[in-house]
Amino acid sequence: MTRSLRRYLSLHAQSFASAAASLARQPIATLMTALVIAIALALPAGLRVLVGNASSIVGSWDTAVDFSAYLAAAVAPERAREIAEDIRRRADVEAVRLVTPDEALADFRARSGFGEALDALGENPLPYTLVVRPASGAAGDVEGIAAALREIDEVELVQLDTEWVERLRALLGLAARVLDVITALLAVGVALVVGNTIRLEILNRAAEIEVIKLVGGTDAFIRRPFLYLGLFYGFAGAVGAAVLIAVVLELLAEPTAAVAALYGSDFRLAGLSAGDAAVLFAGGALLGLAGAALATARHLRAIEPR
Amino acid sequence: MIRFENVSKRYPGGREALRGVSFHLERGEMAFLTGPSGAGKSTLLKLVTLIEKPTRGTVIVNGQNTSRLSRRAIPRFRQRIGVVFQDHKLLYDRSVFDNVALPLVILGLGPREIERRVRAALDLVGLLGHERDAPITLSTGEQQRVGIARAVASRPDILVADEPTGNLDPELSLEIMRLFERFNEVGVTLLIATHDLDLIERFDKRRLRLVDGLIESDTAAPGRAA
Repeated sequence: MTRSLRRYLSLHAQSFASAAASLARQPIATLMTALVIAIALALPAGLRVLVGNASSIVGSWDTAVDFSAYLAAAVAPERAREIAEDIRRRADVEAVRLVTPDEALADFRARSGFGEALDALGENPLPYTLVVRPASGAAGDVEGIAAALREIDEVELVQLDTEWVERLRALLGLAARVLDVITALLAVGVALVVGNTIRLEILNRAAEIEVIKLVGGTDAFIRRPFLYLGLFYGFAGAVGAAVLIAVVLELLAEPTAAVAALYGSDFRLAGLSAGDAAVLFAGGALLGLAGAALATARHLRAIEPR
Repeated sequence: MIRFENVSKRYPGGREALRGVSFHLERGEMAFLTGPSGAGKSTLLKLVTLIEKPTRGTVIVNGQNTSRLSRRAIPRFRQRIGVVFQDHKLLYDRSVFDNVALPLVILGLGPREIERRVRAALDLVGLLGHERDAPITLSTGEQQRVGIARAVASRPDILVADEPTGNLDPELSLEIMRLFERFNEVGVTLLIATHDLDLIERFDKRRLRLVDGLIESDTAAPGRAA
């Protein structure tokens, strides 16, 4: 190792120790600041986890893009089977199920609870129905099949069951965009909180800074412990945020499972992924560093020996 | 080593602390700066340590014109000057060891070298064994000696002291001046501001008397003149 590198590392080790010591001197204040940062970071990160969970639910419906085409009531059974065959032969269609009016009625009777009301009807009002499963869930493919179906005279109505999924997806996209804005604002907030904390620390240690300048301490030497301090605050805040999110998800786990069970799903809330956590920690540390850099740039120069 | 050429210093507000001061302190020379309070002694020392820059004239320290040094160059400049303050300017939340080590840490020396030099400096001022003490637990004289140890730990070329014996009894004052004399013997250039004329009578050194911002008299070491 070269001499200058060793010198550089030794200076950093010293700054690191000095920053750690100044945190340890006032544990309560340190904890409070870290907690403020933790909450500010936990809000966007936690909302992101929730939106991520919602997206994963919507995403899991990607494969469930079956849709229905209702034929006109007057269509003969042979013609219905013919149409079903035609559609089934398309390359972008995986399967077509032909539901006869009788089957549809039986199904409706079983599921709706309107059995007696149906009995009152003289005849079966339900048409033949084609339940189409596209080969892929891509929106273009689905639209293509739907368009082809609409061109068939006997097809009265094509109902894309996926439309509301698309709408929900769009809403989630909007939520994600709003989250981006919230994240940006709170990130600035975190940098300012750290910056202000560092500013107070600089003012507290003005006498010390003055002495260090008098014995030849460079700006970089004086700045470094404060930058480490900012880094610590940001990182500690990020760790705190991760803990807060874990706790909140744990609190939500049971009610979520109860709701999911009512929908016949075994859905479970997912926590921060390793990647998310890494982004959170790195982001927190960088924001702390940025805040500290801001504060030192503004306030260290003003302290000069007299 | 320290050269003042027609130096004036006017503070904002118009007070003129120095009015055309010229002198030259050779490398390895030791001089006392005397004069009544308010004569400009502290201002003169501040010009040497670049806490202030002259309003007019030239201050050359260690071959460098202080007026031409950029802000960024000041730390390196100060690293070669040891300064002793009347109020010690110690860091009271750090141990004696850490106080003396400060300039060495700034120089980026390794821990072994720092340890060695701090012990040598503390030995020199008679405070070996007090490394772990907090400065506040020491007497004023001891604190002043910690300040001196800090000033010499980095082996500066120049040592300036502003009233280093200002708060000390005569015996301690003499001890500290003897200490400065020993630094001078190993080649350090010293400029010491003091109003203790009785004390400096006992040393055979050059005297610069400052009155009202002017050098009133510049007496060579009496011994040499004789």
